[in-house]
Amino acid sequence: MLLKDKVSVITGGAQGIGRAIAELFHKEGAKVCVCDVDEEKLKEVEKEGMKGYKLDVRKLEEVEKVFNEIVKDFDGIDVLVNNAGITRDNLIIRMSEEEWDLVIDINLKGVFNCSKVASKIMMKKRSGVIINISSIIGQIGNPGQVNYSASKAGVIGITKTLAKELAGRNIRVNAIAPGFIKTRMTDVLPEDVKNRMLENIPLKRFGEPSDVAELVLFLASDKSSYITGQVIRVDGGMVI
Amino acid sequence: MTEQSIEERVKKVICDQLGVESSQVTPDAHFVNDLGADSLDQVELVMAFEEEFGLEISDEEAQKLDTVGKVIEYIKARTGES
Repeated sequence: MLLKDKVSVITGGAQGIGRAIAELFHKEGAKVCVCDVDEEKLKEVEKEGMKGYKLDVRKLEEVEKVFNEIVKDFDGIDVLVNNAGITRDNLIIRMSEEEWDLVIDINLKGVFNCSKVASKIMMKKRSGVIINISSIIGQIGNPGQVNYSASKAGVIGITKTLAKELAGRNIRVNAIAPGFIKTRMTDVLPEDVKNRMLENIPLKRFGEPSDVAELVLFLASDKSSYITGQVIRVDGGMVI
Repeated sequence: MTEQSIEERVKKVICDQLGVESSQVTPDAHFVNDLGADSLDQVELVMAFEEEFGLEISDEEAQKLDTVGKVIEYIKARTGES
């Protein structure tokens, strides 16, 4: 087991990619703390033997409260996976201020909030791992996703800065940039858009949440102990 | 609380945080030059003092506290004890 007894916090962990990460971590022996806004799905997660915490990552105070609770329950945090994210797509001329703010608040500020609180906890232990789920859209852009791409590019900036700030405390920080992964987020795209995307994927298939989860597992484990500050793509070769 | 105890508590926090011997923690000792603290250590030290003495230290004030003696004086002044 690669993560035996590692206290692992996964935001947005009740569904999609986050859920796949949570379940894989659970299988690998981690003490999994799933943070999510969806209380119904949190109940499912608890039935599988993981611990659920209701958390809206937009609010620093709430993050502090929940993470302190986790520290009380499990005595520390070893791994933080910043996975919570949403889309509110629109072309820039149609995009409302609310759509912009909401995506930035959850996808970008949420990563700041959780990393800030977790790094303080990890610094005391002189060890820890932070993994941020970015997106290839943060690297290559995509029409209709100015808010999402900005947030995901921002996450890469956070990753590189924190890798440098926290290396002296033995805390590694990496990002993963998934391509097209089959989740509820990508389900809503029209068929013709999906078909066009498929043409640009050399491996000729869309990714599964487990494809991402396996890389998160590697980056969370000691097997990647010399890797920090990196952005690794899981995209079937979409961007080469 | 006596003067001695504030000094002792400050020294203990410094020893715990920086992993230095208490004999090195003299009033003149400079956190960076003498005790080997880096920028993160300095932030952590301030956080540890805040926790130990139940007060908030602003960034501006924290920057001036570069020696052990200055911290002791500062905390005495803030807690109203001499």
